Amino acid sequence: MSGHESTYKPNTGIEKWLDDRLPIIRLAHDSFVDFPTPKNLNYWYTFGGILAVCLAIQIITGVVLAMHYTATVNEAFGSVERIMRDVPFGWLIRNIHMVGASMFFLAVYVHMFRGLYYGSYKAPREVLWLLGCVIFLLMMATAFLGYMLPWGQMSLHGANVIINLFGAIPLVGEGIQSWLMGGPSVGNQTLQRFFSLHYLLPFMIAGVVILHIWALHVPGNNNPTGKEVQDVEKDTIPFHPYYTVKDGFAIVVFLIIFAAFVFYAPNVLGHADNYIEANPLVTPAHIVPEWYLLPFYAILRAITFNIGPIDAKLLGVIFMFGAIAVLFLLPWLDTSKVKSMRYRPVAKQFFFGFVVACLLLSWCGASNPDDPVISMGEDKLVVSYTDAAGIEGTRVFEEYAPAAQFRDEQTASGATASIAVQAAPAFRFLHLSQIMTAYYFAYFLLILPILGLRERPKGEPDSIHQSILGHDAPAAAPAE
Amino acid sequence: MKLFRPLLVGLGAMALGLTAHAAGGAKHAHGPDEGWPFAKVPAGQLDQESVQRGFQVYKEVCSSCHGMKLLSYRNLGEKGGPFYSDEYPNANDNPLVKAIAAEVEILDPNPDENGDPVYRPAIPADTFRSPYPNDQAAMAANGGAMPPDLSVITKARGHGAEGEGASYIYSLMTGYKDDKIKTKVGEDGLNVNYIEFDDGETVGTLTQPTGLYYNPYFAGDATPQWDGDPRHVPYGGFLAMAPQLPDGRVEYIDGTEATTSQMAYDVAQFLQWAGDPKQGQRKSLALPVMIYLVLLSILLWFSYKRIWRNVAH
Repeated sequence: MSGHESTYKPNTGIEKWLDDRLPIIRLAHDSFVDFPTPKNLNYWYTFGGILAVCLAIQIITGVVLAMHYTATVNEAFGSVERIMRDVPFGWLIRNIHMVGASMFFLAVYVHMFRGLYYGSYKAPREVLWLLGCVIFLLMMATAFLGYMLPWGQMSLHGANVIINLFGAIPLVGEGIQSWLMGGPSVGNQTLQRFFSLHYLLPFMIAGVVILHIWALHVPGNNNPTGKEVQDVEKDTIPFHPYYTVKDGFAIVVFLIIFAAFVFYAPNVLGHADNYIEANPLVTPAHIVPEWYLLPFYAILRAITFNIGPIDAKLLGVIFMFGAIAVLFLLPWLDTSKVKSMRYRPVAKQFFFGFVVACLLLSWCGASNPDDPVISMGEDKLVVSYTDAAGIEGTRVFEEYAPAAQFRDEQTASGATASIAVQAAPAFRFLHLSQIMTAYYFAYFLLILPILGLRERPKGEPDSIHQSILGHDAPAAAPAE
Repeated sequence: MKLFRPLLVGLGAMALGLTAHAAGGAKHAHGPDEGWPFAKVPAGQLDQESVQRGFQVYKEVCSSCHGMKLLSYRNLGEKGGPFYSDEYPNANDNPLVKAIAAEVEILDPNPDENGDPVYRPAIPADTFRSPYPNDQAAMAANGGAMPPDLSVITKARGHGAEGEGASYIYSLMTGYKDDKIKTKVGEDGLNVNYIEFDDGETVGTLTQPTGLYYNPYFAGDATPQWDGDPRHVPYGGFLAMAPQLPDGRVEYIDGTEATTSQMAYDVAQFLQWAGDPKQGQRKSLALPVMIYLVLLSILLWFSYKRIWRNVAH
């Protein structure tokens, strides 16, 4: 925390020598040992540490995998399988890396929702939040690039879908598209550049993570009350051993879930089609991204209408990227002076609505937009016929028998007739995704700006210390 | 219970993620009634005798059309493989594996000193022989349909949960309706095969296109061939593979009665092994890892309680 005095005492000669030249042990000591941390952080605050572990796991396993992987269209699929079969413990390393991507996103989403709930993006932590958003963007890019590497059906066709999005940008779109692909289509050259970038980006993430931690250590941790530290003695404890042990416990619990997937269901988070070698001539029936990109995919597909001169495809792309861009603006969109939603009873409800909207968007992203969520009425049958005189007509039936009878009568009288299904009116996934997309943007662009000016916060304590003492007091919400 | 809230929410999010796999028109595949031995938690293992029989089914039936290019004969004798033997930790020395390989004649990847192609019996290090020299030949021999490579077929079907791929193979191989097929003379004087359905709302006649075979577990759309209510089209679709495993199709070396479902069970289990030959190792490592992590978390929990005992928070 800024202004916090260093308590590091070099004890041995070599430490003193080093401390005068590169005070790196002092930096580590002040950042991770004697760093004053609010006493009242709950388990939602352990996900930062969990994420650091996730990043380390991904980099270590990834480096080993890269030793055995071959980035060519003819060999990539086989080389990944060879890792699973012939490399000692290759199956374990690859499963960890594959499941690890999902666990990384699971943790980052919890971490972000925690930041949203406790107002961790507000002054003086705007830069901390922005750096986090940069990490999130880099993570999505890395995951997308990595998903291409096994060169399965979803790798190829998923990459096609995403790269085609850039084609929707006016003027420069097609140029960007072929620049990304390195040629006229997704092929060997694309795979090789994706591999190169997939190796590069994690180190960029690591770099931004260092900035993220730096930006955290200047103002210090936010906490569930949202009150800044006023009295270091009363409000804080040293990071070590208090939070190393608490984070350590949470990390191990997280690893239990991680290991359960790695050992018992390594493939359940992926898509089976990615075990079919990529074939540009065969398009999978449903192209679905990995689960962690589903909400954004749903937003992309929710836009089926043009607005003015902007056509639906470009608009979908704008909304999808806008859904991430709006996160960058959040510190200035939320007008409330109170950080923690614990003391914002109205905002809290909108926040939980936002979480539900994100989950429903995931569901929409995974579903066929035309499938009904709630069906209203029964599907009907339509018999279309063209009689001998060339007159066309249709007739609607509820039951099959009379419809078939009518069709046969028409056919017998020299007409051509056929039966088709007329889908019942329904509330479809498309509609659900449109409503949820609207709520997603409204949450950031309308609800948070307006609510902050109008709502009346309730029960905010004066300090962290008071909140801890006030566990049983009715006014303050309980703090872990 | 506060502690578990983050986890519950996380699991909820993940469960939602699982719905990423949109359901097709195919009937939901099922495994044998008693379940798959390898899918049992916490340490289920493949039934190696069944995997051995399944290899026999593959060798005598499937391999005439389906390759397994990611497998080598040596894999059969490696740890976790059907013909592993403690006496021969190096599968290349395993006489059974050598004999299996030697039954097959392959084109040596290396030509002789004059540059002429060499045909020779396979050795354990060779990959499984492909039934066709290339994809075009495979398609030409199968009416334009490409028999898929079976190396990772169990991972490429289902939704990724343990055993779903094997269940697909099992259901597909036992799911043909060949006993229900009737034949009539069509308008052009040729025989037409059809199946009559009377199953709840699915009432009507399904005509089988020439050279294709109806299977409710095969992803497809039977609508164009369906004469009946289009709102209740039968599950599944048509595939180019005829029913392959009539009772007694193979004569098992170990004397097991070769019924359709027994052969389907065995070959599904063989393919399950082939798709992930190290799954035995994975399952035997699983329990120790889980126990270790649980003990470590308990230890950390008490450390946490002790370290924080005097801190109000």
